[in-house]
Amino acid sequence: MSKITVKERLKINRQTMPEQLATIRNANFAEVNLGLPEQVAIMEAQRCLQCKEPKCMSGCPVNVNISQFIDFVAQGNMPAAALSLLGDNALPAVTGRVCPQETQCECECVRGFKGLPVAIGYLERYVADWARGHEDQLSTSVAAPTGKKIAVIGSGPAGLTAAGELAKLGHAVTVYEALHQPGGVLVYGIPEFRLPKAIVAQEIERLQRLGVKIECNIIVGRTYTLPELKERFDAVFIANGAGLPTFMNIPGENLKGVYSANEYLTRVNLMAAYDPDAQTPVLRPARAAVVGGGNVAMDAARTAKRMGAQRVAIVYRRGKAEMPARAEEVHHAEQEGIEFELLSLPVEILGSENRWVTGLKCLRMQLGEPDASGRCRPEPIPGSEFVVECDMVISALGSRANPLLTHTCPDLKLDKRGNIMVDDKGMTSIPGVFAGGDIVRGAATVILAMGDGKNTAKAINDYLRIVQVSRI
Amino acid sequence: MHKIVAKAQLSPNVTRLDVEAPRLAEIRRAGQFVIVRRGEGSERIPLTIADSNSASGTITLIIQAVGRSTRELVAMEPGEAIQDVAGPLGHPTELISSGHAVCVGGGVGTAVVHPIAQALRRAGARVTSVIGGRSREWVIMEPELRLLGEVVVCTDDGSYGRKGFVTEATRELLAAGGVDIVYAIGPVPMMRAIANLTRPFGVRTIVSLNPVMVDGTGMCGGCRVGVGNETKFACVDGPEFDGHLVDFDLLSDRLTTYRELEQAATACAPGACRVGLNKI
Ligand SMILES: Cc1cc2nc3c(=O)[nH]c(=O)nc-3n(C[C@H](O)[C@H](O)[C@H](O)COP(=O)(O)OP(=O)(O)OC[C@H]3O[C@@H](n4cnc5c(N)ncnc54)[C@H](O)[C@@H]3O)c2cc1C
Ligand SMILES: Cc1cc2nc3c(=O)[nH]c(=O)nc-3n(C[C@H](O)[C@H](O)[C@H](O)COP(=O)(O)OP(=O)(O)OC[C@H]3O[C@@H](n4cnc5c(N)ncnc54)[C@H](O)[C@@H]3O)c2cc1C
Ligand code: FES
Repeated sequence: MSKITVKERLKINRQTMPEQLATIRNANFAEVNLGLPEQVAIMEAQRCLQCKEPKCMSGCPVNVNISQFIDFVAQGNMPAAALSLLGDNALPAVTGRVCPQETQCECECVRGFKGLPVAIGYLERYVADWARGHEDQLSTSVAAPTGKKIAVIGSGPAGLTAAGELAKLGHAVTVYEALHQPGGVLVYGIPEFRLPKAIVAQEIERLQRLGVKIECNIIVGRTYTLPELKERFDAVFIANGAGLPTFMNIPGENLKGVYSANEYLTRVNLMAAYDPDAQTPVLRPARAAVVGGGNVAMDAARTAKRMGAQRVAIVYRRGKAEMPARAEEVHHAEQEGIEFELLSLPVEILGSENRWVTGLKCLRMQLGEPDASGRCRPEPIPGSEFVVECDMVISALGSRANPLLTHTCPDLKLDKRGNIMVDDKGMTSIPGVFAGGDIVRGAATVILAMGDGKNTAKAINDYLRIVQVSRI
Repeated sequence: MHKIVAKAQLSPNVTRLDVEAPRLAEIRRAGQFVIVRRGEGSERIPLTIADSNSASGTITLIIQAVGRSTRELVAMEPGEAIQDVAGPLGHPTELISSGHAVCVGGGVGTAVVHPIAQALRRAGARVTSVIGGRSREWVIMEPELRLLGEVVVCTDDGSYGRKGFVTEATRELLAAGGVDIVYAIGPVPMMRAIANLTRPFGVRTIVSLNPVMVDGTGMCGGCRVGVGNETKFACVDGPEFDGHLVDFDLLSDRLTTYRELEQAATACAPGACRVGLNKI
């Protein structure tokens, strides 16, 4: 089958992802994308031209050997594809679902120059899901114990990836997580319909089988301090994310019915408020406005729709082209009937006599000159005020570094925004203490966090060897 | 898992649970709280660490059964275990090490004031506690507080101690002079009344705010409170604040956010309906 010619490969069109019908799925929490059937996955994999110097890989922060695993899929050799993928990527079932492939790997695919790129994300998801069903056929080897102990703070994608890599190298890894369940944004932020929690749990179990220990309900900075952990462990990796919500600082933000996206999504996802049997309450109003244009805003809006809102509007101060969300999320949101109030700047949240939200007052914007980020700067049009009527406002303006941990450790050098500063190896201003993911980059992506986890694991391994040599 | 090792009923709706949590017992300080999740599917709720015993590795929770989550907790028996206890959260109490501190506790707030009184006494301050309840059976923690200093008990009906509210007794103490700081913890109207009372005397007043919380780590912003025209997150910036700066109207208002949903849920709590009928 590998004998398939380039000409034959070029003839195959990009396969489409089967998905739940928009009008049905916008009322349930089941996954939107249904995954490729095997034959379709093989066909899609055969579209890959197996370039001698694949460009796609250069875009991947964890350096997945994309052409290799896809070649195995094209041959129908799923165990080999899975071993190849899992060797490079600790959480492929997650990244196959949430990575912005269009700006990462697929945009580099040569097939995209004339037509559509190979659906690398779909194939990654296919192989990862195959692996979840065939754990028995996949064995990962763990190096002999080194006797070194490493503490990882935070169980989001950065922490989990680092933990997995370090465990494979034979180190004893303990992950400390503040919440009662591991996974970080993957469990409290990204909704079930995009990333089922059972999948995250299964990926975490795989890491635990490698020997990774996870302790929940431990808030570093409160339950233990960083200096204490440094004392007890040979190295520490801080990956506590960017978990501080941003509000708009406009009048009316403390009215009832105003949520940060973090609170709203945590109530619905982590605390499972979508389940009628769950005990954590959440408001289920008829009309919602969500402020922001990233993945978080799309998730909050689509969640509100599923929680029964008849009308949900995304309010964003720039145009659609400037939205930072993944293309697929914007597309799915539109299909599900989410409205878009673009070029709109919220200036006040309006409330009733009883202090419940009744609307969001906005100004219309026009796009001016490009700013430092290259995006056109939005400017308000005087006198253009209008009101988006709603009973709930969700602020999804991104998040910043949570100072809970860093405040208790003055030796840790931070930048102006409160993010931890690291050198090119991921080491902080404290020797033996490393950091990565959103706490270093500010709110970024799952795969960048994983890239940090993977690279820093290598750096920690090198550091431990150097420390050992210098001690002798 | 955190095993319950002892349980006692302190008043008709206040229960004391001693819970295994060795690390917390060792490091907690007055004013700090934990987030408790009874089991799979339960809500995360904040509860003050009312006391601890580092020798036995236990912390004390004193719980007023007001809704579904608290009722489920107080229905637990020794030997059973609470799934999640996370902390210690919040800033420790600002203490004074000399002078006279008045600790005012209303209802279950008396349990929250107790560790503060303990810490003040240890730091070297003189402590007077003013505690209250509807009638005799609603007064809690009196013996524990007596160990730390003078205690004034007030009951609404005069069935025990003096008749009247804690505010009146506090006013007299303030009028007598020599009060350096007041700690007031209880229902929002009581804290507001005490803060209004101490303001003209210029006596520093610390209150402990109890907004609805989720994570308790500054991640969700659900615990927003207004303090001196600024929005603060009670779980990380508090829960104790300068009572003269707190926007109590905002606090009471935000506490009603889930009232309708809570009432529906409370109807399903233990004691409210029989096994098997607990689904709406
Ligand atoms: C709603 C939403 C949707 C998103 N969608 C996408 C998407 O589609 N694609 C994409 O690539 N990215 C997406 N992102 C961004 C992505 O999730 C983050 O960039 C990524 O999770 C960062 O990983 P991390 O490991 O650095 O931190 P996190 O995932 O934030 O994990 C940090 C963990 O540390 C824990 N922690 C915090 N403080 C402490 C402490 N003091 N002690 C112990 N533990 C602590 C936290 O509880 C958390 O579990 C989304 C983000 C959100 C909020
Ligand atoms: C920092 C902090 C420390 C606390 N310490 C204690 C303690 O030591 N002992 C104790 O018994 N309680 C304490 N509380 C209050 C306790 O968390 C709530 O009573 C509990 O969350 C109510 O949950 P429920 O499901 O039983 O009741 P719900 O059904 O949620 O609520 C029932 C009633 O209680 C009110 N209520 C809801 N949440 C709160 C809240 N957070 N505070 C006050 N009233 C609320 C509601 O408005 C409603 O009228 C504390 C709260 C905070 C924020
Ligand atoms: S409880 Fe979530 S920020 Fe305070």
